[in-house]
Amino acid sequence: MSPALVISRREIRTYFNSPVAFIVVPVFVMVTGYLFFTQLFLERQADLRGFFNIMPLLFMFIIPAITMRLLADEKQLGTLELLITMPVRDWEVVVGKFLAAMALLCTAIGLTLVFAITVKLLGPLDRGPAIGGYLGLVLMGGAYVAIGVMASSLTRNSIVSFIIAFAICFSLYLLGKLTQFLPSSLQGLVSYLSIDAHFENIGRGVVDSRDVIYYLSVVTVSLLVATLSLESRRWK
Amino acid sequence: MSDVMIEVDGLTKDYGPTRAVDKVSFSVRRGEVLGFLGPNGAGKSTTMKMLTCFLAPTNGRARVAGFDVFDESLQVRQHLGYLPEDTPIYRDMTVLEYLEFAAAMRGMDPASSGARIKEVGTRCGLSDVAGKLVGELSKGFRQRVGLAQAMLHDPDILILDEPTSGLDPNQIVEIRSLIKEIGQEKTVILSTHILPEVQATCSRILIISGGKLVADGTPDSLRAREKGGRYRVVVESNGVAKEAIRDRLAGLGGVARCEAIPGEEGTHAFALDAAAAADLRKPIFKAAVDNRWTLLELLRESASLEDVFRNLTQTEKGNS
Repeated sequence: MSPALVISRREIRTYFNSPVAFIVVPVFVMVTGYLFFTQLFLERQADLRGFFNIMPLLFMFIIPAITMRLLADEKQLGTLELLITMPVRDWEVVVGKFLAAMALLCTAIGLTLVFAITVKLLGPLDRGPAIGGYLGLVLMGGAYVAIGVMASSLTRNSIVSFIIAFAICFSLYLLGKLTQFLPSSLQGLVSYLSIDAHFENIGRGVVDSRDVIYYLSVVTVSLLVATLSLESRRWK
Repeated sequence: MSDVMIEVDGLTKDYGPTRAVDKVSFSVRRGEVLGFLGPNGAGKSTTMKMLTCFLAPTNGRARVAGFDVFDESLQVRQHLGYLPEDTPIYRDMTVLEYLEFAAAMRGMDPASSGARIKEVGTRCGLSDVAGKLVGELSKGFRQRVGLAQAMLHDPDILILDEPTSGLDPNQIVEIRSLIKEIGQEKTVILSTHILPEVQATCSRILIISGGKLVADGTPDSLRAREKGGRYRVVVESNGVAKEAIRDRLAGLGGVARCEAIPGEEGTHAFALDAAAAADLRKPIFKAAVDNRWTLLELLRESASLEDVFRNLTQTEKGNS
């Protein structure tokens, strides 16, 4: 097995050995469940739109919480030294951590399929937006997780790591809300950088390569920065 | 593969403006147990971190198992087993889980690694705690887990940073004999500031102080460098005042220091330090005859490694 997978398997085990998985996942399901079912019972509307709309904001709190200690803790406790002096490349460490957080995130997202099933039972489920929405969740979640891993590589303090990740995600989110104040020449570029606009596009059920490429680029750049940050201990 | 397993040439490491390791050069052959000795903060750990590819040298080169630590770090790490200071091991895993993780990270075949884990675990005395969480173990057991993970893949070279710290005397003896055994066919570098430890385990000693290499040799050759030595003299009291004898002895040529030490009833005991290269046996005997003391004991102690160490590391500090 590749070292990256060995690391992610260990990390997943740590999630479920520690309170992280048992706090973050239920909180996530509770918050989304509350929003979904109040809409269902109070507005008598059985659809997933409200649930999807809140996700760019909710991810901002949930995801830094699951990524904050991935590398910061290893530095703090010194375990990074033992890990990294094993025959493993720096990028394999970063990718292993990323995959572990993705696995936990996908578990949480998977639990919310209950909402989709509820909608299906109560009435017609709009297939395209539902499938697109879930695909978008995974892509956007991936971008948040990668940013979280990067933030965690930059510090040895988990709390600082949380704040950095939150600040970056929130800035990317704000960009999309600011476009109307900008000159029209910049609007296109800035709105492309917005982290939730692409999710909305995919959520309409239209998977455009531009949106997918955006998320994949964020993931690549963030993981690259994290790798460089690990490598920096060996800079002369 | 040649017999030289580790070759270090002009290795230097700067942390910002401070120089932690200053142009250290040495080489280690297969079958040697090298003791790395020095006061705290002398640069022992930093040197080890460079050899294990955790840090890059600012200047100089090091080759481990024939590979460069900077350019071929992956190959270097494949040939190494490393026990860092303070044994940083994931606390939320059991001993067995951790060793399985280490085996998988080393790319060991899961089918065969089970037997190897068991073998190494037994050798390190971990059989009884295999199912316990690392975080619940005492320091001594954690240290053994660290040692087990370093030996797991049967590496050519073991680098152990203070392998016996936190162990009780029985465990220290066990670990030392384990290291000696491994050292028969492998190369071991261990760091310590406990002097009897190197005397007991190492075939060669490097003393490092203020980042510089100040001595390199076998324990015996290092001890021989230290000339002079220490003498123990016991004289029957016979009503002679202790102070009078002490002053006489201190006045002998070649005596650097003389002090009275507790002795048996009716005797006076003294410890004398000789100035460099002086043999005090004759003058002491003569002084006893001239003054009609009854000499009960005259013992020359050869310099201990402690003296060598203290002299080397303290003069170094005085110079800088």
